[in-house]
Amino acid sequence: MEQYVIGVIVSNVSGVLSRVSGMFTRRGFNIDSLTVGETESSSFSRITIAFHGDDYLKDRILLQLRKLHDVKEVEVLRSSETVVRELLLIKVRNTPQSRQDIMTAVEIFRSKIVDYSTTALVCELTGETSKIDAFIDLLKPYGIMEMCRTGLVAIERGENCLKTKRL
Amino acid sequence: MFISGAKIIVETLIEQGCDTVFGYPGGQVLNIFDELYLNSDRINHILAAHEQGAAHAADGYARATGKVGVVIATSGPGATNLVTGIATAYLDSIPMVAITGNVPCDLIGRDSFQEVDIVGVTMPITKHNFIVKDINELADTIRMAFKIAKSGRPGPVVVDIPKDIQIGKCEFEAQAQPVIPYPVLFADDDQLKEAAEMIAAAERPYIYFGGGIISGRASAEVMALAEKIDAPMGCTLMGLSAVPYDNPRFLGMQGMHGHFASSMAQDESDLVIALGARFSDRATGNKARFNKNFRIIHIDIDGAELHKNIPAELAINADIRDAVERLCSLVNEQKRPQWSARIAELKAEEERRIEGARECTFQKECSNCTNPCSNTGIPAKDRLNPYDIIDIVSSCAGDAVVATDVGQHQMWAAQRYPLKTPRTFLTSGGLGTMGYGLGAAIGAAAATGKYSLLFTGDGSFGMNLNELATSVSQGLPVVIVIMNNGVLGMVRQWQTLFYGKHYSNTTLNRQTDFVKLAEAFGAKGVRVSTKDELEKAAAEAFSYGGTFLIDCLVDCNEFVLPMLPPGGSIDDIITEIK
Repeated sequence: MEQYVIGVIVSNVSGVLSRVSGMFTRRGFNIDSLTVGETESSSFSRITIAFHGDDYLKDRILLQLRKLHDVKEVEVLRSSETVVRELLLIKVRNTPQSRQDIMTAVEIFRSKIVDYSTTALVCELTGETSKIDAFIDLLKPYGIMEMCRTGLVAIERGENCLKTKRL
Repeated sequence: MFISGAKIIVETLIEQGCDTVFGYPGGQVLNIFDELYLNSDRINHILAAHEQGAAHAADGYARATGKVGVVIATSGPGATNLVTGIATAYLDSIPMVAITGNVPCDLIGRDSFQEVDIVGVTMPITKHNFIVKDINELADTIRMAFKIAKSGRPGPVVVDIPKDIQIGKCEFEAQAQPVIPYPVLFADDDQLKEAAEMIAAAERPYIYFGGGIISGRASAEVMALAEKIDAPMGCTLMGLSAVPYDNPRFLGMQGMHGHFASSMAQDESDLVIALGARFSDRATGNKARFNKNFRIIHIDIDGAELHKNIPAELAINADIRDAVERLCSLVNEQKRPQWSARIAELKAEEERRIEGARECTFQKECSNCTNPCSNTGIPAKDRLNPYDIIDIVSSCAGDAVVATDVGQHQMWAAQRYPLKTPRTFLTSGGLGTMGYGLGAAIGAAAATGKYSLLFTGDGSFGMNLNELATSVSQGLPVVIVIMNNGVLGMVRQWQTLFYGKHYSNTTLNRQTDFVKLAEAFGAKGVRVSTKDELEKAAAEAFSYGGTFLIDCLVDCNEFVLPMLPPGGSIDDIITEIK
């Protein structure tokens, strides 16, 4: 099973996220991650959805999304032509024994420490999913107190843009 | 015009060509009903007994006419009572606009009296829905609801309108014309050529059509194609009435309770041309076995239906009428004598099996003493047989619009009723809503001015019989034929076949007197248990001009046959139960 990342341009109206996520629930499709935010135009939002599946499932999802009235554009973002990023905020226990190891990991992963207290450290990391996963694995032995990750956002390389001509 | 929101709603409905609406008043739609009162010479409101009945009536109106059906209900329970009716319309792709009132905007989200988030509730069972929170957007939102409801594959749309929006005022200008649907998709030339080549190469093509032929107004085109390529046709439950029953190429409904000949012909074909159908599980049975023998060309207006249930060799996303018409011009006239001869054999075999099944039933005595038919003392062979009931009633019914509820009677009507013109068979196919029929029959009678004929069962009728009140108060010509066997027949049939005859909660033992019930509602009622009695009653019913109920006593050992067992295939077809 392959991972697909799709970009969806939707009308920026209330309820639109329910409609999109509700379609996944209703049809029994699973989502790996879903992110949503405004676009360059305040009339539209952009939803990035990642899911695992085969070609059949991918087609079903695209076709069902296109049937939703508030969905204006849907496109599969092919990994070779797309920049994909995720943001991680992770809080790790800060002890005199572990501090230096954590700092080294932060440096090598080009992460940042964005909050520091005598008992806890908050690190910020941006990158592809595999990098984020590796960083989390690395920090596990030091005691992860809490973490949150945004899920994927993705944008095509070069001239190609996901925009809608529909209103 | 600087007018109130409530007046904008009514003016927009009239502008959209709506002559009749169905509904039920309540606190949060009082303003709309005030405008309906003031405009009763321009738009007719039919008051139902229950919002569910109103929703089914709007659905029946839409199915019988092809226009958008409109239903109005108040907030909270009024709105939730619409839900089954909306879902019924959604599953069968029926254009409908449901207008609900809601509490004023500043009370939303506070669990106010009779407040429900109906937009949230109906999201998965509508094409789209709206809540209007700005009166300046009210008229255009209602117009958009009509546009969405009737574009492409039709469906229901909910417009939720808080009371303060109905009370507020703004500038309104009526449009000269109803909204036009979104442009249709036209089939790709190359794809149609490929389809024509596949048809030319096929030896035994078979046309399988669905409700898309009715909503896409493609009956003539489909019949012309069948004629030109010399192919038999079968249809889904939703496709019934698209092609006249006596078209020599038409083999009837196929699928779980479809005709033997159509199901067999499909299985023996080498190319299935699927038109405006979606290969539902009831039509296909076991999906792994279903398309073992044939290739498939699938044409549908909804691209999401292509390859969804059954993969097609060639899938064309297009308006069905245009696609079939152009396909027809691309194919050469062909004659297939061998295939026609085989179809004739299958039809003859079907007749033999129907007779065989009848003999089996006659030999049984009613084993269930609470059943009404066992109390009449009539020998089994003289009892009313379901097919006889349909034959007798249809011979008196003229061009009546036929509605059904859900269960055995529905399947018997689907198999047997001689349907002649599109939009004359109203049945809940996708959702299978017991209690659908009476509302639908009322909506159809109100829309067409013709007789409506409802086939129902004693189980289904019990679900929404309160709409007798509506039919009587509106003076509508509705003939109700109850196939009364004292049991929930279809569920009982499954219990007989697959649950070791454990008749759990399917023996009704109700003692309901449907004749007295009809009289209590102000309708006329007659009970019949023989063919002679039914002939007299049916003749009277179709000259009565009002609501007429015929309670037909039917043996509870009657089965709907043939039957493909659930998850089974054509190999498992049951045509006789010993």
